[in-house]
Amino acid sequence: MAGDLTALAVEAKTDAVWRAQDTTPSAIEAALRALLTEARARSESHVPARSLNMVCIVNREFSGEVANRLRGVGRFSASRTVVCSVSAKRTTLDATASIAVPTRTRAGIHAPMRETVVVEVGPQHLDHLETIVDPLVVTDVPTVVWSPHDHPDGLDALLGLAQVVLVDSVDEPEPAEALARARGLMERSYVVDLAWLRTTPWRERIAATFDPEKLRPDLRLISNLVVRHHPDSAIVGLLFVGWLASRLDWQLSRLSQDSAGRRTGRAHTRRQDVAIRLQSDRTMSVRGLAGMEIETANGRWLRLDRGAGGLRARYRGPRQNEREWTILGASRGEGGILGEGIRQALLRDNTYCPALRQACALVT
Amino acid sequence: MAEPPPNPLTVGLERLPVHPTSLVIFGGTGDLARRKLLPALYNLGADGALPERFSLVGVSRSALPDEEFRAQAKAAVQEFSRRPADPAVLDALLADARYISGSFDDDAMYPRLCAALDGFDETAGQKLNRAFYLSTAPEFFPVIVEALGRHGLTGSDGAAVRVVIEKPFGTTLAEARELNRTVLGVLDESQVFRIDHYLGKETVQNMLAFRFANGMFEPLWNRNYIANVQITAAEDIGIGSRAGYYDNAGALRDLMQNHMMQLLSLLCMEPPVDFSADEVRSEKVKVLHAIAPPPPERTVRAQYAAGNVAGTEVPGYTGEDGVRDDSHTETFAAIRLDVENWRWAGVPFYLRTGKRLARKVTEIAVTLRPVPHQAFNQEGSVGVRPNQLIFTVQPNEGVTLKLGAKIPGTRMRVRDVNMEFLYGTTFLSQSPEAYEKLIMDAMRGDATLFTRNDEAEAQWRIMDPVVARWKHEPGPLPQYEAGSPGPPEADALLGGEDEWRAI
Repeated sequence: MAGDLTALAVEAKTDAVWRAQDTTPSAIEAALRALLTEARARSESHVPARSLNMVCIVNREFSGEVANRLRGVGRFSASRTVVCSVSAKRTTLDATASIAVPTRTRAGIHAPMRETVVVEVGPQHLDHLETIVDPLVVTDVPTVVWSPHDHPDGLDALLGLAQVVLVDSVDEPEPAEALARARGLMERSYVVDLAWLRTTPWRERIAATFDPEKLRPDLRLISNLVVRHHPDSAIVGLLFVGWLASRLDWQLSRLSQDSAGRRTGRAHTRRQDVAIRLQSDRTMSVRGLAGMEIETANGRWLRLDRGAGGLRARYRGPRQNEREWTILGASRGEGGILGEGIRQALLRDNTYCPALRQACALVT
Repeated sequence: MAEPPPNPLTVGLERLPVHPTSLVIFGGTGDLARRKLLPALYNLGADGALPERFSLVGVSRSALPDEEFRAQAKAAVQEFSRRPADPAVLDALLADARYISGSFDDDAMYPRLCAALDGFDETAGQKLNRAFYLSTAPEFFPVIVEALGRHGLTGSDGAAVRVVIEKPFGTTLAEARELNRTVLGVLDESQVFRIDHYLGKETVQNMLAFRFANGMFEPLWNRNYIANVQITAAEDIGIGSRAGYYDNAGALRDLMQNHMMQLLSLLCMEPPVDFSADEVRSEKVKVLHAIAPPPPERTVRAQYAAGNVAGTEVPGYTGEDGVRDDSHTETFAAIRLDVENWRWAGVPFYLRTGKRLARKVTEIAVTLRPVPHQAFNQEGSVGVRPNQLIFTVQPNEGVTLKLGAKIPGTRMRVRDVNMEFLYGTTFLSQSPEAYEKLIMDAMRGDATLFTRNDEAEAQWRIMDPVVARWKHEPGPLPQYEAGSPGPPEADALLGGEDEWRAI
């Protein structure tokens, strides 16, 4: 277990490890401090990174999968990661603390050290998890908490010390429940939702398409919207529609769903209704959106699909032939999405909450 | 005319849309294009930051088919990109790239360029903005700009045309003025983007944030609290394969006249009304106007002699390949400047730059005045030293505040300690290459981080007399051993108790 979760930063090697059974948070914190002092003494170029604490609550049996996801975040690794690994029968705390340094260092250049603490906890620890975690996070550095295997009691206990909650609404099988959960969390903390971040390249592209001054009025003429998504990612489509609705003052109501899982409905705007369709694309191998089409009442049509090297765009103006081109952009992959989520924990996006509220109207 | 309605979809987006653009790189197969510009374009493309319609044209003298240019560009990205290149993105970036061969002074080449650009507009079904990047030898800057004007390439109905000009912007004040006259005879100043890549560095931009987003420093930022300022740009390397350029330029023109003067103006400028391009640049120009050219006794130049760097014997400057045996080009320059205004009068500004010094470091060190009463002069104590605030531009990007602190023990002994902010440990994201930021700003039309015409001339007004004097007093130059902190002659510039920071 500990072997899985040391040196979580990519291109890093474990510099020092401390382990203890039946230990206490203060002993872990003291050990971590000693490890840092020793590492600094070994090389003056070793300096502790101090960007973000990340607390993960995971099921012990799935910790390897979480470790792999965390390794995939690349340069966006938190500076200190505290993993609370939950197993059913545990009653005492075991812990591993480790320091990782970059594998490639150059003389005279600072090498940031990243710290990982794995604490083995039992279910009875979750209600007061903050008493275990609080001594282990670096003070005055933002703390983000991520609980990919649910554990609402543990998450609840940490909301007082974390400034940000990381969620991936795609993990929740039922979109309505995922949206309600995210809304509930929004009332208590700042939420970074990986499902929302999966819409970013698409939002940027639609914004760019309608950015020329002469095209901006056409945003009021959108008459048809089709969003295609990975079979597990309906919520990403809902958030995308919610975003458009919140930015363009659409009034949304519940979408109807057919037996094939297709969701259809209409949005009311001041000018006309917008036909909305969300459909899953079974050929899509990665979570998120597969493509979309937007049509305006004056004959403008844009279709975007995932393609090699970026998004494949097809566009037809009111009096123009169809044109096709590639909008450049590398796929971020699941590791990249999680890394982006960690990066976003240090920023603030005020457009998620209105989009989330609108998305809720599509399912309730 | 009424303002267009804002785009409601851009609210909250980190990457704002940039109008579809065709970018023409003059010198498209040259060293700068290979090492910096093409990798920067790839990284922008991989991040999804390029305009949604983006076309690339390389222009150079060598006769190459488009395919060969694409192959060369691909190889350059693979070799020099800051991250491994995604083959699909790279192929998509270069799929429609065009190459136009021809001499920059050959009028027959420009109609072919114009046809390529019109072709991109035709394919896109819209007028793309046009950005011309002059990554050539400086003698071609006026040649290209005038040719663009003659061939109707400096304006495009319904689209913006911008010209990015690499450094050096002239090698004397007269040349800078002449180049400005030529450029502004053809283009409007708002179309001109004079590159100083230092301004694209995060740490340099952070100086504005540091000064104007923190209430605690601005009250100290004046002659009442600051004793002196040192700006150092030291390199441990020699001139490498750049003898042809460097032996004509020298340290003063290579780094001090442009980059270091930019650092000085950012450090000294008054708070601008807002952070728009012209407000920021106007404040910087005011600082430059307050500086007189330094007299001879406030300038030092030197040349490196053979020495030992990182355990290896290295030749002296005149022993380098491509350098004349009797060259009197300075590889080290140090000057003392005064900013004669209400805020800075009496504060010496020491600038030094050189090659083959003890280590690579670019920093600005602001030394505060000492405390008025030394209460901690106990035996065994270094004692209280003046506070220093150090902005490190490279390699360990960050800010350090030197403070006095009690040494643990039973006695009250004090020594300096460092309070450090390091970019590499504090932020999750990697700083983008300066060229990525600057290329995007130029395509967006934001000139804040580019040098304005009057700014370029104001920098030259200060340095030109030094250049002229050194040209007429050829030498011999003082020598300093390669791998050393520089010539002892530089100490003569320092006033009172001031001392150079260790390199």
